[in-house]
Amino acid sequence: MPELLALASRLLDVASWLTSPLTPDDYLGLIDPLLGARFPVGRVTGVWPETPDAVTLALRPGRGWAGHRPGQYLPVGVEMDGVWQWRTYSLTSVPGRQDGLLTITVKVTPEGRVSPQLARRTPPGTVLRLVPAQGEFVLPDRLASRILLVTAGSGITPVMGMLRTLMSRRPPHPDVVLVHSAPCARDSIFGSELHAARRRLDWLDYVEHHTRPHGRLAPDDLARLCPDWPERETWACGPAALLDAVECHWGRAGLGERLHVERFQLDPVLPPDHDAASGGRVLFTHTGVEVTADAVTPLLVVGESAGVVMPYGCRRGICFGCLTPLRYGRVCDLRTGEVHDRAGQMIQTCVSAAAGPLALDA
Amino acid sequence: MTLTRPAAIETALGKELGEELDRIRADIIAARAADDARYIRTVIAAQRSLEAGGRAALAVSLFPPAWAAGTAMLAVAKILENMELGHNILHGQWDWMGDPAIHSATWEWDFLTPAEAWKHTHNHLHHTWTNVVDRDRDLGYVVFRMSGDQRWRPRHLAQPLYNFVLAPFFEWGIALYDLEPDAVAAGRKSWRSLAADLTGFLGKATRQLAKDYVLFPLLAGPSALPCLLGNLTANTVRNLWSHTIIFCGHFPGDVQTFTEEYIDGETRGQWYLRQIQGSANIEGGPLFHILSGNLGHQIEHHAFPDLPSNRYAEIAPRVRELCEKYGIPYVTGPLWRQYGSTWGRILRFAVPGK
Ligand code: FES
Repeated sequence: MPELLALASRLLDVASWLTSPLTPDDYLGLIDPLLGARFPVGRVTGVWPETPDAVTLALRPGRGWAGHRPGQYLPVGVEMDGVWQWRTYSLTSVPGRQDGLLTITVKVTPEGRVSPQLARRTPPGTVLRLVPAQGEFVLPDRLASRILLVTAGSGITPVMGMLRTLMSRRPPHPDVVLVHSAPCARDSIFGSELHAARRRLDWLDYVEHHTRPHGRLAPDDLARLCPDWPERETWACGPAALLDAVECHWGRAGLGERLHVERFQLDPVLPPDHDAASGGRVLFTHTGVEVTADAVTPLLVVGESAGVVMPYGCRRGICFGCLTPLRYGRVCDLRTGEVHDRAGQMIQTCVSAAAGPLALDA
Repeated sequence: MTLTRPAAIETALGKELGEELDRIRADIIAARAADDARYIRTVIAAQRSLEAGGRAALAVSLFPPAWAAGTAMLAVAKILENMELGHNILHGQWDWMGDPAIHSATWEWDFLTPAEAWKHTHNHLHHTWTNVVDRDRDLGYVVFRMSGDQRWRPRHLAQPLYNFVLAPFFEWGIALYDLEPDAVAAGRKSWRSLAADLTGFLGKATRQLAKDYVLFPLLAGPSALPCLLGNLTANTVRNLWSHTIIFCGHFPGDVQTFTEEYIDGETRGQWYLRQIQGSANIEGGPLFHILSGNLGHQIEHHAFPDLPSNRYAEIAPRVRELCEKYGIPYVTGPLWRQYGSTWGRILRFAVPGK
């Protein structure tokens, strides 16, 4: 079988001379988007609610999918009004499942744009773009014999990917304690599945902490719920406040080495729009240069005056010769006032100015 | 024919015109949505299907009807690929979709010249300096004299002949032109960057030529020769067509040219004005516009080079109305007339005189 795949990919290489300047994938993708590997996609095969505001989507990945490790997250592209929007969600399925499906679990942000679309208006059959799974928050190959998992809210999702993977393995299993914090039982994603698993499996202990009556989960609660916490390899995922508290607690005990945390929000938290008029700090990631920019100077000029070599052409918004990827942050099109904030988007730097802190890949 | 800017437009009207055109631009940008995305994806699917169908038919082209059908499909596919897809995607018209598969930074086209080189001479040099004598190299592509302000040289006597030869070999002409050998001679471009461009061109051209003139004919076995002839015909038809559309969009008799002094301190409104006066439209039905990459709306394209091409038809009446309001000539006509007028200009400036 691997020889067959190798042969197929050799054939496609040869065929690329016939499809040049396109690739054979561009044609295969026309028959079925799942056949194209150049821009990997997944097709939604099922959608079901987990809680009132969390939904699981099952995806059949196409030929371009390279697999994942339990705990990793997946950037997903959703087409909305003709524009591809990208968001990342944790993979909650076991890698290499028999049926070949992946699952992601989406928590709906009420004021968001993409998550409501994914959760409420994505019928089976919808094609989503995928890029390779990412993240270092993963189950290691050599497992510790005792494990503590600490999660809150949608922080349970990557951990669920890990737990399901453990459940799918043969014994011996590590001894696992999962402490999960949610507002109430109804809002606890995977709550009933986890309760059932605890009853069935002698190596798993599952504890739900409800914040409505009891307030936020604190390190003291952890010590109470899992007295042997210092002896366990620990994975934690949830809101920044919880992670900060946990990191501080483990650090003080000198156990920082044994703690793995995952923060969903990797990029700096951006100030709201009304700060746009004042420009912001601009980081050029390739050169490491960081400067302050006002809201009216084109980023091309900002970069060049700081000594960054940037692509350019007409310098007046016509030729698209100045396109530079936006790593994060917000820019304003000086001609139209349009604000762009999609990470990875190509920015016309000669007609765009800073609308808050941002980073450009230049 | 060099223009002196009408005094009225010089001042307040230029500003007003600029604002009105900016409004059109903003309207379209706000309106771009799923239907536009669907349009470009449909054209892409149609183009790829036609190309695949054409190649399949040419593989058995010993059978004459297969040859005719295959050649026709391939020619249409190549025309769509260059005009409605390549030209427009490389202008960044579809970048707003955020789709890496349909983006000016990643798109490569079925043309001898690499997209990168073409974007420089076309998007940057031509669209910035539209019809400015000595700045816009597209004004005659270095070999033709298209304005009385360009110096006459004896070689221009032969320009009707050049044009005959250029049309069927248009992509070769563009590839050479994109290397900017004239800029090297004038000292504006280094030998080193010419060498780099040459390497890029040779790499690209090798693949394109191998595909059409070696690999597909070989695969066609007994149909090798008709297949090769079919490919040659399709490429030639595409070259003749794109040459026609491009020349008719820029060189009919009434299109204006400008001097460098004229554009000194040009405002946004005046920039628009120059784009409008420096281009010509070609009238035709929807199919004609798709096959011409919507460059039948050359005036609208030059005013808004980065708006999606499928929107030019709806912009055109608004632009035309503005031109009427401000007394700006709007050069338009059916293909045959623009074609004749373009030839008239090639002949007229072949000889000395204004
Ligand atoms: S440099 Fe031409 S669009 Fe920015």
